[in-house]
Amino acid sequence: MQNLRLNINGDSVEVGAPSHWTLCEVLRYRLGLTGTKQGCDKGDCGACTVLIDGRPVLSCIHLAALAEDKEVTTIEGLRPLHQAAGGEGCDPVQDSFDRCGALQCGFCQSGMILSAKALLDEVPVPTEEDARAALSGNLCRCTGYTQIFQAIERAACERAGLEPTKPAWAPESSEHEA
Amino acid sequence: MLRLPEFTLTRPESLDAALALLKEHGDAALPIAGGTDLVPNMKHGLFEPKMVVSLADVPELHGVEETADGGLRIGAMTTLASLAVHESVQRYPVLAQAASLIAGPQLREVGTLGGNVMLDTRCQWYNQTYFWRKALGYCLKKDGTECHVVKGGKKCVAAASNDTAPALMSLGAVLELAGPEGAREVTIDEFYVADGIVNRDVRQGELLVAVRIPAPAAGHRSAYGKLRTRGSIDFPLLGVACSFDLDAAGVIANADLVVTALQARPTRARKAIALLEGADTSGEGFEAVIAAVAAAARKQCHPLPNIPGDHEYRREMVPVYVTRTLRAALDEGGPVHHI
Repeated sequence: MQNLRLNINGDSVEVGAPSHWTLCEVLRYRLGLTGTKQGCDKGDCGACTVLIDGRPVLSCIHLAALAEDKEVTTIEGLRPLHQAAGGEGCDPVQDSFDRCGALQCGFCQSGMILSAKALLDEVPVPTEEDARAALSGNLCRCTGYTQIFQAIERAACERAGLEPTKPAWAPESSEHEA
Repeated sequence: MLRLPEFTLTRPESLDAALALLKEHGDAALPIAGGTDLVPNMKHGLFEPKMVVSLADVPELHGVEETADGGLRIGAMTTLASLAVHESVQRYPVLAQAASLIAGPQLREVGTLGGNVMLDTRCQWYNQTYFWRKALGYCLKKDGTECHVVKGGKKCVAAASNDTAPALMSLGAVLELAGPEGAREVTIDEFYVADGIVNRDVRQGELLVAVRIPAPAAGHRSAYGKLRTRGSIDFPLLGVACSFDLDAAGVIANADLVVTALQARPTRARKAIALLEGADTSGEGFEAVIAAVAAAARKQCHPLPNIPGDHEYRREMVPVYVTRTLRAALDEGGPVHHI
C-alpha cells in the first residue's frame, strides 16, 4: 500500500492504493469515478482512455503511481472544468456527441470523447482523416463510427464559426440540461 | 478484469540508481518504461516481478540530440508519439514512419523507443491469459516444454514484432547500453538473435540508454510498410523497412531491406538487396528490377504460424509490401499501410 497524491480533474486527491494498481483501478475502485470504463483491460480497446497532461492515455495499463505530479482528466471532469473556465453547460465536445447521437450502448463513449477532446485541443479544425487517426485507438461495436466523426466535425465547426458539412442527428431545438 | 501481480514500484532519479536497484534485486526486478507491453504481459502472468523499476525519472534516458558527425542520438525514454513528429527524425523517413504506425494513438503517447527496441517477441500461443495457456499445457517460451508452432520444435520461434527494429537496422543504428559491468555499445544488427525466448543480446541488469543513428547521405531515401489486420492498435503481421541512397544519376547505393514479424529476428533480404544495389532507377529496366527484388524477398521470407494471420497469406504479402515500400521510398512517400 502506498499513499498516492494525484491531481484529478483539477482537484488534489490523496488516496491509498497498492503499488501494482493501475490508474483505471484507482479511479474506479478508490475514487468512485466509474465514468472511466474497464473494457479489454489490456490496452486494446480505448474504453479506459483518460487525459494525462492533456494527452490521451490508456488508464488500464498505466500504473497509478506514475500519474503522480501530472494532471489527470476523466470524463467526469469535462463539465466542471469547462464551467470553471467560464463556459456554460457541459463541454462542447460532450454537447456535440449528444446532439449528434454519437453513441448506442455508451460503453466506449467516455474514451471516444476524451480522445476527441485531445484532438480538438491540438488541431482547431481537424479533417475527417485527422479524426479517424486520432480515434483509431478507440473501438466501438455499435455505432459504425459515423455519428462520432460527425460530432467531432460539428464541435470543431461550431467553435470556428463554420458550417458543418453534415447535419446534426438531433434537432437544434432539443432541450438540453445545462 | 485482469489483475497485475503484486509488486513494489521504485522511481530512481539517476541511471546509476536504476542500475543499482536492478543489480541488487536481480531476476526479481524488471525495468518499466512506458509499460504498454510489459503491463499487459504481467496481467497475462508472463512476468511476475517483485519489484518494478520505473525509468520515468532517469534524466540520462531522455532527450533527442544531433551528434557532432551529423547523426542523431535518441534517448531510450523518447515516446513514440514525439519520435514520429520530431523534426530531426524526419531526415530518416523509415524511422519516423515506423514510429507513427506502432500500436494506436494512446499507446504511442506512453510507449517509448527504448521499449520498442527491447520489445518481447510475440506468439499466439504465448500472448494469452494464464488460464488460456494453462489449458494447453503452456509452451516453450513460458512454463512449458512443447512448441505449438513447430511440432516437435526445440527452439522458440516467437516473432520479432517491433516496428522500429527493422527501421533502425536499415539505418545502421548503434545501441548504447549500461549495466553492472559498465557501458557498452552494440550495433543493432548484432543485438538481435534468432531465439524467440529472448531475441536480444541483453545481459542481466542492463538498460538501453540511447540509440545512435549515423548521418543520412545527401540522397537518402527510405520508407516503412506495415501489414496488420486493422489500421491501428495491432502489432505487425509483416513489416518492411527499405533504405538506400540515390545519386544524381538515379543509381541506388547502400541499399538495405529488412523484413520483420516473420520469425524471432528481423530478416535482412540479402539477395533482394544485391539486386537493388547499383540499380538505375531512371532506366526502363527498373520495373523488372523491382519485380526481381520482390520475388527474391518472397523466396527468402518464410513466415511461421506464430502470430495471428494466416502465414501463407503473410508470405504472399511480402512481395506486395516490398514493392510498395520500395516505390514509396523512391517517391519520398510512405508510410505504406491502410486505415
